Amino acid sequence: MTATLSFTVIWVSPEPFGPALAHGVSYCGQMSVTSIAAPAGTELVDGIPAAARLHIVTGKGGTGKTTVAAALALALAAGGRKVLLIEVEGRQAIAQLFDVPALPYGEHRLATTARGGQLWGLAIDAEEAMIEYLEMFYNLKRSARGLKKMGAVDFVTTLAPGLRDVLLTGKVKEAVTRTNPDGHLAYDVVVLDAPPTGRIRRFLDATREVANLTKFGPISRQSAGVIALLHGPQTAVHLVTLLEEMPVQETIDAAEELGEAGFQLGAVIVNRARPALISGDLLDAGGTVDVKLLTAGLRKANVAVAHADALAHEMTEYAERQEIQAENAARLAAVATPRLELPDLNPPVELGELHELAAYFTVAPS
Amino acid sequence: MTRAPRPLDLAALVRNPKTRVIVTCGSGGVGKTTTAAAMALLGAEAGRRTVVLTIDPARRLAQSMGLTELDNTPREVKGVENGQLFAMMLDMKRTFDEVVSEHSTPERAEAIFANPFYQSLSSSFAGTQEYMAMEKLGQLVAANEWDLIVVDTPPSRSALDFLDAPNRLGRFLDGKMIRLLTMPARAGGKAYLKVVTVSVGMFSKVFTKVLGSDLITDLSSFVSALESMFGGFRERAQHTYELLKTPGTSFVVVAAPEPDALREASYFVERLSSERMPLAGLIINRVHRTAPVTGAPRLTAARAEAAADALASKPASAAGALAEAALRVHVEVASAAEHDARMAKRFCAAHPEVAVIALPALPVDVHDLDGLRTIGDLLSDASG
Repeated sequence: MTATLSFTVIWVSPEPFGPALAHGVSYCGQMSVTSIAAPAGTELVDGIPAAARLHIVTGKGGTGKTTVAAALALALAAGGRKVLLIEVEGRQAIAQLFDVPALPYGEHRLATTARGGQLWGLAIDAEEAMIEYLEMFYNLKRSARGLKKMGAVDFVTTLAPGLRDVLLTGKVKEAVTRTNPDGHLAYDVVVLDAPPTGRIRRFLDATREVANLTKFGPISRQSAGVIALLHGPQTAVHLVTLLEEMPVQETIDAAEELGEAGFQLGAVIVNRARPALISGDLLDAGGTVDVKLLTAGLRKANVAVAHADALAHEMTEYAERQEIQAENAARLAAVATPRLELPDLNPPVELGELHELAAYFTVAPS
Repeated sequence: MTRAPRPLDLAALVRNPKTRVIVTCGSGGVGKTTTAAAMALLGAEAGRRTVVLTIDPARRLAQSMGLTELDNTPREVKGVENGQLFAMMLDMKRTFDEVVSEHSTPERAEAIFANPFYQSLSSSFAGTQEYMAMEKLGQLVAANEWDLIVVDTPPSRSALDFLDAPNRLGRFLDGKMIRLLTMPARAGGKAYLKVVTVSVGMFSKVFTKVLGSDLITDLSSFVSALESMFGGFRERAQHTYELLKTPGTSFVVVAAPEPDALREASYFVERLSSERMPLAGLIINRVHRTAPVTGAPRLTAARAEAAADALASKPASAAGALAEAALRVHVEVASAAEHDARMAKRFCAAHPEVAVIALPALPVDVHDLDGLRTIGDLLSDASG
């Protein structure tokens, strides 16, 4: 038996699996055939490859990548798929977003969507993953727990930081490739809320680096499969950004770095985009507002004219912001992947708003 | 009735001769670096010899301060009025190398530098950056040539990493595990050995199996080489930690008016309080506000939207088009402002003891001294 197989056997979820899906991996194939008949709102937009089984969502800190990952996962589930949303940073961000208690290690159902879709969540903990790993390969359950108590697991995952990432990506791969006893895939699609752009390449290629350190042993044997999955056509890496200087720069840098390292880029997702409300001819040359004209307009709208100066001031500032947004959007053209814009909903805190964002990942009903 | 939060007077804080160290912290993407630089400039222009230690500044902001490379050397910032401001960027690896060199013989240091584990520990250990920022801070304080030191903490996944990292690394390098790993090289027979012998055997067996024997050999020799330095590491980590508790130090937490950032800020505030660390207060950064109006009641987002819709249904005119656009802009601004105010209120209700200052969102990114001065003025105005 190969190492990869024992991975599959022992790394099963503590949760019972839902009803076995009839489609499995072939679902994506079927979808393209039947897409004409498919109900509106289930076809994915350009940049979200329907054939991808692993969507990796990264972005600079503060750009809202967790929210975007959750919205993407909901959109995928809305097409009738069984989707697993994974987080790896120990923040319990999924639980907070879906307003459920902190997720103990294991897979938990978060939402059920139209057409029998399901969204599950998993917060991977490196220590637990390490213990699973030891149990799996050596049947060392008790010893593994003992090692954890002694701090040994933390020690090893800390000293070889790459090892932590190897365990995390190894677990992601296991979730993507896991099959139910009936031979069907446990999940149709996996969405990973990944570490930020600054660390993403090192995270994804940790297996490759540790494989250089350890030439033998199960980690080395398993690494080929992880590298193949992450670099292959089944995986798409999405970059979340805001239309601000730093996030845009990081997005451009990350796109270049990931592209060179051979990852398939999916979409650049512009989050919290503000609408362009000011067209060119509304302002005077020099970007000022004609307050007299504005006052006349406010009269027509029955708005107290005392607001004119304040509104003019807000308008000038907004125009400045709009211009900077446009400049940053233009800089993003350096990244040759499809671009998707999500509106600013004033940070979504509830499921309803996540569904609203999810709709942006599917082709609008015509 | 809710009590108004205590205002955070940052201008007074940076000018106070008793303030020696200001540590800014908060989650990533909230504008920590810019805020730290603005506070440092405010201190410098108040006549205090100031240095700002930054971790990962935006390219243009770094350039505006004359920082072109990571070289661990404070560089004087040009264009500062009435005072001196120095800025430096942390070179994590170099700082670590210096610590190792200082605590061991040249031969030992060479052996450590060549070990593959040192490479990963010094460049990517989660916490090394935090530890080295603290180490550098300790050095700057010890140099005793600065009136004010402003430290911008690393963009941690969680703001708390920053407090934990020095201790964690100290504990880690001095820990039980290290002793277990190096045990074969030591004399046996100590009482406690009997207790752990079984674990030791299992430990090396398991990890040799998982990681391969080469890796364990490298690890062992790395650990032996570092052993002479453990005491030093621990002492330094402890020393820096104590330094953070002294009265001359102030923590300033920065957050954006968003649930995630404010949640991190809450954790941080609670943690600082339980560690008895001196918290100056919270900066809520990039708060949206409507422009002030006199002589008319506030125009809500809902009312503005209804008025804009009403205009849209009327015959087109230049005045109507302008007013409609202005009202639609106001809908955006007012709903953002309403949201931000709600977020701030929620935080203040949970932490009434924390002094708070709200900084308005600026329309443009800051990347020069004038921009930093603008923020400095806002810091002074808002607290006045």
